[in-house]
Amino acid sequence: MYKILDKVDYSDDVYMQVIEAPAVAAAAQPGQFIVLRIHEEGERIPLTIADFDREAGTITIVVQAVGKSTRHLQKLGKGDSIANFIGPLGLPSEIEKVGTVICAGGGVGVAPVYPIARALKEAGNKVISIVAARNESLLLWEDKMREVSDELIVTTDDGSCGRHCLVTEPLKELCEAGGIDLIYAIGPGIMMKFCCKTTKEYGVKTIVSLNSIMVDGTGMCGACRVSVGGETKFVCVDGPEFDGHQVDFDLLMSRQRQYLSQEKESLDLYVECGGDKRCMT
Amino acid sequence: MHDVNTDKPGDKPEKKPKRPKLPRTGIPEQPAKQRATNFDEVTLGYNEDMAKLEASRCLQCKKPKCVLGCPVGIDIPAFIKLIEDGDSAAAIAKLKETTSFPAVCGRVCPQEEQCELHCILGRKQEPVAIGRLERYAADWEFANGSSSKPEIAASKGKSVGVVGSGPAGVTCAGELAKMGYDVTIYEALHKPGGVLVYGIPEFRLPKAIVQRECDYVESLGVEIKLDYVIGRTLTVDQMMEKGHEAVFLANGAGLPSFMNIPGENLNGVYSANEFLTRSNLMKAYRFPEYDTPIKVGKKVAVIGGGNVAMDSARTALRLGAEVHLIYRRSREEMPARAEEVHHAEEEGIIFNLLTNPTQIIGDNEGWVEEIEVVDMELGEPDASGRRRPVTVDGSERRIPVDVVIVSVGTRANPLLTKSTSGLDLNKWGNIVADEHTLLTSKEGVFAGGDIVTGAATVILAMGAGKTAARSIDRYLQGEPLLTAEEEEAIYTAEEKAAEKAAAK
Repeated sequence: MYKILDKVDYSDDVYMQVIEAPAVAAAAQPGQFIVLRIHEEGERIPLTIADFDREAGTITIVVQAVGKSTRHLQKLGKGDSIANFIGPLGLPSEIEKVGTVICAGGGVGVAPVYPIARALKEAGNKVISIVAARNESLLLWEDKMREVSDELIVTTDDGSCGRHCLVTEPLKELCEAGGIDLIYAIGPGIMMKFCCKTTKEYGVKTIVSLNSIMVDGTGMCGACRVSVGGETKFVCVDGPEFDGHQVDFDLLMSRQRQYLSQEKESLDLYVECGGDKRCMT
Repeated sequence: MHDVNTDKPGDKPEKKPKRPKLPRTGIPEQPAKQRATNFDEVTLGYNEDMAKLEASRCLQCKKPKCVLGCPVGIDIPAFIKLIEDGDSAAAIAKLKETTSFPAVCGRVCPQEEQCELHCILGRKQEPVAIGRLERYAADWEFANGSSSKPEIAASKGKSVGVVGSGPAGVTCAGELAKMGYDVTIYEALHKPGGVLVYGIPEFRLPKAIVQRECDYVESLGVEIKLDYVIGRTLTVDQMMEKGHEAVFLANGAGLPSFMNIPGENLNGVYSANEFLTRSNLMKAYRFPEYDTPIKVGKKVAVIGGGNVAMDSARTALRLGAEVHLIYRRSREEMPARAEEVHHAEEEGIIFNLLTNPTQIIGDNEGWVEEIEVVDMELGEPDASGRRRPVTVDGSERRIPVDVVIVSVGTRANPLLTKSTSGLDLNKWGNIVADEHTLLTSKEGVFAGGDIVTGAATVILAMGAGKTAARSIDRYLQGEPLLTAEEEEAIYTAEEKAAEKAAAK
C-alpha cells in the first residue's frame, strides 16, 4: 500500500496528491510517469510525475478528475492509501544546455512541465514559460513555474487571468522574434497539436509528452501505440516524449476516446452507487 | 452432468500384457456449449478412483523414458506409483522435490510433446496421462488443505535477486531458497505469476492456483516485491550494490509484434497481450465490477495459430462474440497444442485457414469495420521446415469485424536490457546466455526463459529456472559452473553431432 501524505484541491475537478513511494522517488527523473491502481478491482492509470522529493521519498501527481478512477482518487485524502504505485516509467527528458527554451503547459499539463523547466533552468538554459488554461480557476502552479523561469506568460481562453488568448499566440510571437532553441509543450492532445502546428512553421524543435491509454506501462501490451514519423511507437517504452512535429495527433486523440462509452457507464454507476462497490456487482 | 472426453484405446492388444490392458482414463470437462459462456475451468480433473485407475496403467519402467522428456526431470514413475498406492500426500511431496508448479504444469505443459511422447505404453496404445495425474496430486493437496514442504538447507548467508515472477523466476527462486539462499523476486506487475496471470486465461488456469503456487514459494522463504520495474525503479547494477551477489534475469518475452499492415492502429485492434492482460490480469471480463474496460465486439478476428491465439479467441467467445480465427498456413502447421485447437473448435471458433490479412479498414470514427484477407496455398518448405504459404492472386475478400486481435508473437522488451551495461544481446534484442550455464556476459548475472529464447513454453522456462539455480549455487560457492562430468557429456555430444554431420 502507498500512503497519501498530502492532498490539495485546486478546483472541483483538479487536485494534487503527494504519495509516499520511496523506491519510485529515488529513481524519478523529469519527464517520466507512474502507473497507479487504487484498489483490488481498480484499473491501472498512467499519470505523469509532477514533482518528486528523493529525500522525503515522495512523488507528487496532479490529476484532472474525468472518469470513475480519477473521481474515486479525488475522494481520498491525507492518510488514505492506494494499492499500487509503479514507476518511474518511460524515458526521462533529455536535459541539456541548449540556450533558450520555451516550456508551455496547458491545463494540468503545467504540472509535468514543472520538473522539466526546473531541470532545464538548472542546466543553465534561459527558460520562458507559458502557463495556459481555459479560465482562471483552472490555472495551476503559476508561482512554482515563476520560480524556475526567467520569464512567465499566463494565458486564459476567456481572459479571466493573464492574456486573453490561446497558448499558441505567445508561442507564435516568441518564435517570430527568434532565438528560441527548443520548445516543450505538454497538455491536452488538441493543445499539443496546435502548438506543434504553430512552431513547425519556424522549424523550432518541439517536444511533447503523450498521455495515451496504457495497461502495464512497461511495453507488454501495446495499448499506447502512436504513429511518430509514420512509424508505430509505444509511448510507455519509446516515450512518453516525442518530436511533436512527427506525431499523428489525430490518431492519438482518436485512440484516447476508445473507451468513452465504458468510461461513462462506469462513472454513472459509481455516482449512482455513491461510491459503494457492493452495489456495482 | 459433465462430458467425459474418452480417449481412444490402443488399436491392438499386446501379446503378453504385464497388467490388464486399460484404455487411457478420460477426464471430465464442462460441456462445450456451457463453457463457451463462462470463465470457469474447462477441464475438471480426475477424482481419486480415476487417478488410481490411470496410475495403474503405468508400466513402472526400470529406465523410464518419460523422465528424459521432462525439462525439469520429475521422477514420474515414482509419483505415479504413490498415486496408485493411494498415497496422494506422498505423491505431491515427490513432485515437489523437483517442481514448484505442479498444479500449473499439470494443466498447461505440452505433455504430448514431452513426457507422454516418450511413454513406452504410448508405442502400442495411448500413453499414461502423466499431466492429468500431476494435476490430480497437486489439486488433492489443495483440496485437503495440507501443504508439504521440502527440506530447506541451512542459510548460506548469501543473497540472490531474481527479475520476474513468471515460471522461470519463481522456479529459480524456489530452488535457491531450498538450497539456503536469501532470495528476492522483483515483479513489475501488481500480482506475481508473470504470463501465468496476465496471459493464460482463467478457464485454462485458474488464477487462484497461480496464487497458491506463488504463496508456496514464499513459504520457502522467498520474498516477492511487487510493483518493482527492474531497469526503471532499480537497475541491475543497483540490485548488486544493494547486496545481491548474483542476479537471474527472467523478465519474459515482452513487446507484442504487429504485422505492419495498414489499419493496425485503428480503435478495436488489440495485441493478444493487451486483450488477454485486460481480461486476465485486470479482470475486464467482469467490467463494470472491475474498472478495466474491454471492447467485447460482435464479430472478432483473431490473427495467428499459436496457443496465445487460441486463448484470445476463446476469451473473445466467452465475452459474447462470434470469433473468426485467421491463420495463413494449414491446420497441420498450427503451433498451438492439439488439445487447445480441439477445445476451440468444439466451442465454436470459426477457423479461416490458409488465409492472410492484408489490411484493416476503419469507419469515419477510427473504429475497425472490416478486415481484408487473401487466400494462401502451401508452397515449398521454408527455414522452419513448414511449407511456405503463398498468396493466391485475385483472392482478396473482406470480412466485416469490429475487433481484431493480433497474435503473431512477441519481440524482446528493451526496457531492462537497454538500462543494463555490459549485457550482450543478439540481433533480435534477446539476452545472450550460455546454453548450459545461463551465464550472461555480465559478471554474476544469469538469464533464462523467454527473454533468452524468445516466446516459448512454461515448462521450458521452468527448466531454465532450475538450470540457473544450479549455476548460481556453483557460482556463489566458487565452483566451476559445469562439473567435469557435465563438460565431458557436452563435449561427447558435440563430437557425436560433428561425426554425424561429417558422415552425411
